[in-house]
Amino acid sequence: MAEAGKLRVATTSLAGCFGCHMSLLDIDERLFALLEKVEFDRTPLTDIKHCGPCDIGIIEGGVCNAENVEVLREFRKNCKILIAMGACAVTGGLPAQRNHLDLGACLQEVYLTEPGLVNGQIPNDPELPLPLDQVHPLHEVVKVDYFIPGCPPSADAIWKFLTDLIAGRTPRLGHGLIEYD
Amino acid sequence: MSTFAPYPPPSLETAEHPEQLRRVAIEPLSRVEGHGKVTLLLDENDRVHQVRLHIVEFRGFEKFIQGRPYWEVPVMVQRLCGICPVSHHLAAAKAMDQIVGAHPLTPTAEKVRRLMHYGQILQSHALHFFHLASPDLLFGFDSDPARRNIVGVAQAHPEVAKKGVLLRKFGQEVIRVTAGKRVHGTGAIPGGVNKSLSLAERDALLKDIYQTIAWCREAVHLARRLYEQNPQLYNEFGRIDAHQLALIRADGAMDLYHGGLRARSRDGQTLFDHLDYNHYWEHIFEEVKPWSYMKFPFLRALGPEAGWYRVGPLARVALCDFIPTPFADQERREFLAWAEGAAAGSTLGTHWARMIEMLHAAEVIKDLLHDPDILGEELVTRGERQERGIGIIEAPRGTLIHHYRVNEEDVVTRCNLIVSTTHNNQAMNESIRQVARRYLDGRRLTEGLLNHIEVAIRAFDPCLSCATHALGRMPLMVELIDAQGRSVDRLTRDASAAC
Ligand code: SF4
Repeated sequence: MAEAGKLRVATTSLAGCFGCHMSLLDIDERLFALLEKVEFDRTPLTDIKHCGPCDIGIIEGGVCNAENVEVLREFRKNCKILIAMGACAVTGGLPAQRNHLDLGACLQEVYLTEPGLVNGQIPNDPELPLPLDQVHPLHEVVKVDYFIPGCPPSADAIWKFLTDLIAGRTPRLGHGLIEYD
Repeated sequence: MSTFAPYPPPSLETAEHPEQLRRVAIEPLSRVEGHGKVTLLLDENDRVHQVRLHIVEFRGFEKFIQGRPYWEVPVMVQRLCGICPVSHHLAAAKAMDQIVGAHPLTPTAEKVRRLMHYGQILQSHALHFFHLASPDLLFGFDSDPARRNIVGVAQAHPEVAKKGVLLRKFGQEVIRVTAGKRVHGTGAIPGGVNKSLSLAERDALLKDIYQTIAWCREAVHLARRLYEQNPQLYNEFGRIDAHQLALIRADGAMDLYHGGLRARSRDGQTLFDHLDYNHYWEHIFEEVKPWSYMKFPFLRALGPEAGWYRVGPLARVALCDFIPTPFADQERREFLAWAEGAAAGSTLGTHWARMIEMLHAAEVIKDLLHDPDILGEELVTRGERQERGIGIIEAPRGTLIHHYRVNEEDVVTRCNLIVSTTHNNQAMNESIRQVARRYLDGRRLTEGLLNHIEVAIRAFDPCLSCATHALGRMPLMVELIDAQGRSVDRLTRDASAAC
């Protein structure tokens, strides 16, 4: 559990591009101020491979395969507050463009019929997690407490949101901080 | 040891009798960008029989780009990867320049794009070295995992962490003023750019550029010092003999934005040089293996077995004839001469080479900021419409290829992407197999030993996020139940079923 007085925060990227995590890092030197108040559990920056009990969980990206479902449920189970960060987590985002496609035909094309291919075949090893046929937003799988829109949300929006939450205020993103790009 | 599993197996790619072996997985890979895992198969004596880096996610960009109007593409494809969005943005824009017949670009467009690109190289290399890789190098590969991260670096070496954060910030600011936004901006458009710099924007960057260059020089020296503290380990760790590939400028200089393709074999023979990249597809083929969604590219002339190669900072610094900025070129010469070239072929030497490139990027940015063309007003050109567009660029991690076809209705009908990390697929697999043979084989596996595998992968700075753009299949049956217990999604083994 967290060091006295610090909140424990976990973050992960599911079917996302890491752009939301980049935007989180775009708080720049405010990162050091944040570290006075929080400590990290599982995040792409630490070597903790499984999320433990946390105060805040932040998730980028939607759900596109069985492994994403598992990780998402582990976060929900362990985090008091769960945040969907960015368009992909909130709606599925650009990866959900594949939802209207016939996956079989796509696979054929990418792994079998494209020119310049040797040993064309569709990867099917049991080590590869099962893809879901649709990309889902987080709230279709678990309960989500807060949604931050944007692709990605700006660093200022993420900063305002987190500092509100850490100070025990209801997070509010006013004019200029909410963007839907 | 089992009588069925002879040891050592010829390559650690595929064990003969996997069913008799114990599986250890490193999952998820941490402090790398994107989603991947490594699996090891071991026998009862802890001897390693199989090691594989798997790319486990799929997206489908190549497919759903089809049917979109071409001018959307440079903005869409950035969402492949939030770490190097500018690389995809610019590779796609270069391809679309060909579609709209824009050649040459106006000096303003070309230079604003270059500024954006070198800003991206700077921020990505800083992020990789300071935030992701430096904890291993500063604390040791099997140091306490609780401290082995940027927070630990901030506590033990606050100056190092602070400079890393500020270097990345500067690169992101260069991107912001050229692309409108730090992540997923819109600066480049087919045939040019949609903005140039204002005086105020330029002056704000000029104010910080000399400090940035000074810190980049320190960073090169830090990477070098870390290497020199343990030369034997650094020389040998994950070392592979690889062919190398990079874009090179016509005069042989390093150029990360544009050039011809140069490939050199592991024994120093030139395989091709100044190759017009519009013909890349005659020289680079890809192999599919059932255990990864990431394909395995190879040089066609050498075949799939022998033709794999390395791209990225190490390849670029070694392949170019010179770096066209003075500080970085001085560092390049010292790097190549160090211990008769020992660092120039070593996997961990990549960090040193990466910092040399970061310094080069800062110097290029300085020169561009002094060039009045970046303030110019001629932003776009047009020429004769083409059907095919190919854009190749040197992204932070290596050569990035975008290839499109666009029909008369301006709709994309075909898209092929070979991202940097995919080029390095076999090289990374070979490197972690070498580490497994050398450091893990026959030993009880600990967290620290397993981190050795990740240290080798991190040297390549793979962007597994980019590498998941291809589509996968669903091998079994699974049902997704929502929070209320309702079925949301269901899958079957049959890939031809509706999906
Ligand atoms: S919302 Fe945008 S930035 Fe965030 S993960 Fe999705 S595509 Fe990337």
